[in-house]
Amino acid sequence: MPVITYRDALNQALREEMRRDPRVFLMGEEVGVYQGAYKVSRGLMQEFGERRVIDTPITEEGFTGVGVGAAMVGLRPVIEIMTWNFSILAIDQIVNGAAKMLYMSGGQVKIPIVIRGPGGAAHQLGAQHSQSLESWYSHVPGLKVAAAATPYDAKGLLKSAIRDDDPVIFVEGETLYGSKGEVPEEEYLVPLGVADLKRRGNDVTILAWSKMVNVALAAAETLANENVSCEVIDLRTLRPLDERAIADSVRRTNRCVVVEEGWPYAGVGAELADVIQREAFDDLDAPIERVTGADVPMPYAKNLEHLAMPAADRVVQAVRRVMYLD
Amino acid sequence: MPESRFPIPDFTVVAPDMAKEQAAERAPALSREQLLDLLSKMLLGRRFEERAAEMYAMQKIGGFCHLDIGQEAVAVGAISTLRPDDYIFCSYREHVHALVKGSDPRRVMAELFGRETGLSRGKGGSMHLFDAETGLLGGHAIVGGHIPLATGVAFAMKYEQRPQVVLCFFGEAAVNIGAFHESLNMAALWKLPVVYICENNRYGMGTAIERASAIYDVAQRACAYDVASETVDGMDVLAVYDVVSRAVELARHQSLPSLIEARCYRFMGHSMSDPVHGHYRSKQEVEEQKLRDPIRHFFEQLAAQGALDQKGFEEMDGKARRVVEDAIAFADASPEPPPRALFEDVYSEPYGPYTRSANRERRT
Repeated sequence: MPVITYRDALNQALREEMRRDPRVFLMGEEVGVYQGAYKVSRGLMQEFGERRVIDTPITEEGFTGVGVGAAMVGLRPVIEIMTWNFSILAIDQIVNGAAKMLYMSGGQVKIPIVIRGPGGAAHQLGAQHSQSLESWYSHVPGLKVAAAATPYDAKGLLKSAIRDDDPVIFVEGETLYGSKGEVPEEEYLVPLGVADLKRRGNDVTILAWSKMVNVALAAAETLANENVSCEVIDLRTLRPLDERAIADSVRRTNRCVVVEEGWPYAGVGAELADVIQREAFDDLDAPIERVTGADVPMPYAKNLEHLAMPAADRVVQAVRRVMYLD
Repeated sequence: MPESRFPIPDFTVVAPDMAKEQAAERAPALSREQLLDLLSKMLLGRRFEERAAEMYAMQKIGGFCHLDIGQEAVAVGAISTLRPDDYIFCSYREHVHALVKGSDPRRVMAELFGRETGLSRGKGGSMHLFDAETGLLGGHAIVGGHIPLATGVAFAMKYEQRPQVVLCFFGEAAVNIGAFHESLNMAALWKLPVVYICENNRYGMGTAIERASAIYDVAQRACAYDVASETVDGMDVLAVYDVVSRAVELARHQSLPSLIEARCYRFMGHSMSDPVHGHYRSKQEVEEQKLRDPIRHFFEQLAAQGALDQKGFEEMDGKARRVVEDAIAFADASPEPPPRALFEDVYSEPYGPYTRSANRERRT
């Protein structure tokens, strides 16, 4: 099976869906001539032309709204936000427009749009370019939120998102673009709303998504040397949430650690903790632990940034706490 | 009323006589039937809104309710230039626009009443009327937020080489919103078939334009984006029809955007929650503006041409009143949305499996 990068997997998904459906187009800053700020759209303008790969001015609210409007009359836009940080400028179009249109029109106007781009911190980009906004969007009924950790899932989930009739927030990992993994040549889809079991284990369930899956797996590897058996679940989609996969696992392991890059307060992990206490209260042998980004704007200094980010050693410590090993 | 640091601009752009001359000169080649149709739509709009106000007072209508009384010439003149499959986007002051675009008055009133038979099945309300069949793509309630959406539909028309055009209505307060500028820039850059119509009724809620805008001439904003623009007397339905016809032609045949500033005046408060006049405008001002009543103005024109007499007007008015009464009766007799509708249409699946509450509901 070919091994390709996360970036190229996304590129394949876009290319295949654009070939498949003439209503699909890609719009955003630097997606065309420049071939993508992160080169996800490399070669697409060459194949599909300027009509379907559209460079925009720096006007996030404007072009996101254009995408939502185009979706209202049956097109299937893919809107690239250069990084999710900039989506804050477009949030009115996403929340008041895309998410609510079907409902407030009494079911008349669907919004089949994908809004995608990298989220989370990279390396020393500072406070305004290093944040995870998944919890903001996951909060909103009407939106679906996906965040792939691997090239395989990136491709399969993006294809599903493009074919979906509802607005999908698609959060990529800025530091995952160069990561590699197996991606089959034949067509496949990864459905929205289905979590993936990354590592089977018996002692504790670790929940993560996007690049935190790698952090969780690294921690699980370390803990295996201490004879602690971790189950790692990649949620892949934060809304709809695969509550069953989460509950089934925690009922078996009786312990849970949630790893998320975003801020702790009202984060996705808080919702996960609620799901678990509702679905598996009697099965829990320890309070749920959360390993999150620090509750601060991201600092620039390398050492401080490192301290602010969830890392494998902090996950190891959290697991040891829920195992009462310390 | 706070004293303005600025001279209050004349917002009656064109003197009524001049407008008449202009309209006569350009003489949008309308038949008598078409002229009468314009008047009857304005009358229907007026009577609809008057009764909506009463229904609001009786608490049949809830929430916010923004009436178009005084401004009917803009919606009627502009939307009457369209083909049935063209699209319109509106702000939250859109009952009359919906009627003119062809929505069933019964279903518009039922939506205001929050009933299942309403245009948006009772889930939109006064500010969110949608009618996919007539091309009404919404009443939108974030000032200026729908301007990019309309631009997007125009983008889609060009993308698919479809011949339809988009009219986008908003108030003058929306032109200070970023979305307005971002949209005009993209529409000009990409040559999109959209007509932006600013219904300049002079007040963004209670803030007069000269207290909110560094530039009073809204149409002037268009030059920043090399977009064609024109100012028109929004109290003169023929003048509006004339200028919007030309803008629609520009959009349809040359795929170019334009900005029309229609200077009009609302005779009611901003919404049903505030009085006709108050801290921000005087009773005298409102009374003076009422002399420009677009319906009376147009009727007098038609009467002078011999196209309609008082008796004919009264018949037309009676018909409008009957349509509105029928709409009220229909709305009143219609059921509320069933409780199951609460979780419908959050997602495109018939009963969204994805909302948290829906999940809980199913379990219990």
